Amino acid sequence: MILTVASGKGGTGKTSVACALALSLDRPLTFLDCDVEGANAHLFLHPEFLSHEEVKVPYPVIDAAKCDACGKCVENCQFGAMIRVGKKIRLMANLCHGCGTCRLVCPLDAISMSGRSVGTVRYGTAGLIKFACGELLTGEALSVPIIRKIKEEKDDLVIIDSPPGTSCPAVESIDGASFALLVTEPTPFGEHDLRGMITVCQRLEVPCGVVINRSSGDDTIIERLCERTEVPILMRIPFDRRVAECYARGGTMLEAMPGMESRMLDLFLEIGRLKR
Amino acid sequence: MIKIAVMSGKGGTGKTTAVASMAWYSQGLVLADCDVDAANLALTMSSRQRTKIDYIGALKAKIDHELCIECGKCEEVCVFGAISNFQIKEIHCEGCGACQVICPENAIKLVRQKSGEIFVADTDRGPMVYAELQPGESNSGKLVTEVRHLAENIAESDGVDTVLVDGPPGTGCPAIASITGVDLILAITEPSQSGEHDLMRLIDLAQHFSIPVCVAVNKWDLHPGMTECIEESCRRKGVMVVGRVPYDPSVLQAIKAMKPLPSLFPDSLASLAFQKIWQEVSKHAMDRGGSGILMKLE
Repeated sequence: MILTVASGKGGTGKTSVACALALSLDRPLTFLDCDVEGANAHLFLHPEFLSHEEVKVPYPVIDAAKCDACGKCVENCQFGAMIRVGKKIRLMANLCHGCGTCRLVCPLDAISMSGRSVGTVRYGTAGLIKFACGELLTGEALSVPIIRKIKEEKDDLVIIDSPPGTSCPAVESIDGASFALLVTEPTPFGEHDLRGMITVCQRLEVPCGVVINRSSGDDTIIERLCERTEVPILMRIPFDRRVAECYARGGTMLEAMPGMESRMLDLFLEIGRLKR
Repeated sequence: MIKIAVMSGKGGTGKTTAVASMAWYSQGLVLADCDVDAANLALTMSSRQRTKIDYIGALKAKIDHELCIECGKCEEVCVFGAISNFQIKEIHCEGCGACQVICPENAIKLVRQKSGEIFVADTDRGPMVYAELQPGESNSGKLVTEVRHLAENIAESDGVDTVLVDGPPGTGCPAIASITGVDLILAITEPSQSGEHDLMRLIDLAQHFSIPVCVAVNKWDLHPGMTECIEESCRRKGVMVVGRVPYDPSVLQAIKAMKPLPSLFPDSLASLAFQKIWQEVSKHAMDRGGSGILMKLE
């Protein structure tokens, strides 16, 4: 089973919930931190890192001896990564998606694909938990290839900590999951971004359920959305300044809230019934 | 024209609250919400919609099944895994056109598709540009660039000197698109290990592109020790700290009421802190050649 913890809005508590759940289960599992632009789960799970691997994306190399600057590659690159400067073709590395279309259209076979490093994946263990997280190199734009690399890790139970947003990196983290746990907060911001996230799950055909974090008793705004979209609310975590203070110190929800461990176990059982 | 982007690295540190508050203390600026995955600024600034533009950003491959001979070459060349069983999985298609190029029967075409909407609205502090990317779509960096350019054009034609950008979290494609060409970054962080970790990545990104950055710590009193630690890390990287905002329950009330914080709670500690930060940012902006941000007259 693959369980992705996601949210449209940032800072709603994805990492807190994912870590608290992983620690409560107290069983062998694999935890994948797919927020490669801001990986934080290691700060709470404290894994011992054992190895790392560079992530490379395909990258065209132009053989200047063969290239006659016909411009076919420039015309066919949909990302504007190829430009003609005088009698030479230049590649704008940070715009390249590595699709290889330029190689396919080159009439002179002047383009071959090589690899370019965009980041690193680190592997480790934290008790019973197998852990992997990624880091996008500074200035690199493409996080999806790193997320794909992280997701190569397989296990009976995989918990994925997704990046925020509703575009490619979040889509990649949720795609193929058995269930998506969507963490939100009862504010207009939380509601707006959760709406987008529910649409993503529906497009990917991944069943989902909601955790309302920082619940203050009146969660009407989220309840209405969940009713309309027929998404179940699985848990409410009350707002508590002590939780925020504990989090700031690098502590988990389990330390700040007595009884949270058994609530997480109940949540996991419920997810087991709802997953595909 | 001076362009300032409010960024954070980590999500949920208070970027939008900061932007709405600072806008409240200004007059004559153009606002740009560049968090197109989760655009929330419009939920805070009451505004009247001026125009709506379809964002036709994404090219998607379409297979004409009348022509398709099911040779499978398209599936082989697609590095995004968007083709299986001679069907395009739209959500994975990046519109690169490799399949179109390889298809021996010309059965595949790239079709431009609407993948979002761009809005221009009027707030009582100036025009605001924001966008909604359809959930699950790619190319958010390109949409961000369009939002930013439109805001800059409006500022240019209206003779407005300041563009204030509400940025996305992260340090990848949309974050890079948001800070490209800006004069100054204000990073809003929070006193937690995650806040610090992601802030340092953002500072590295800003310095990688040689953009000056200054930092404010939101909810600083949740962990004063961590706040000092973050401020010290900033100083070591040569980054100016422009203020601290205390934890203040009125922030949540303002978000729920969908109003800029100072409009409801002008005397709240957080409002006063954002006002002071905006004055500091304005000073830095002037140092960088801006003619000064127009502050609201009391």
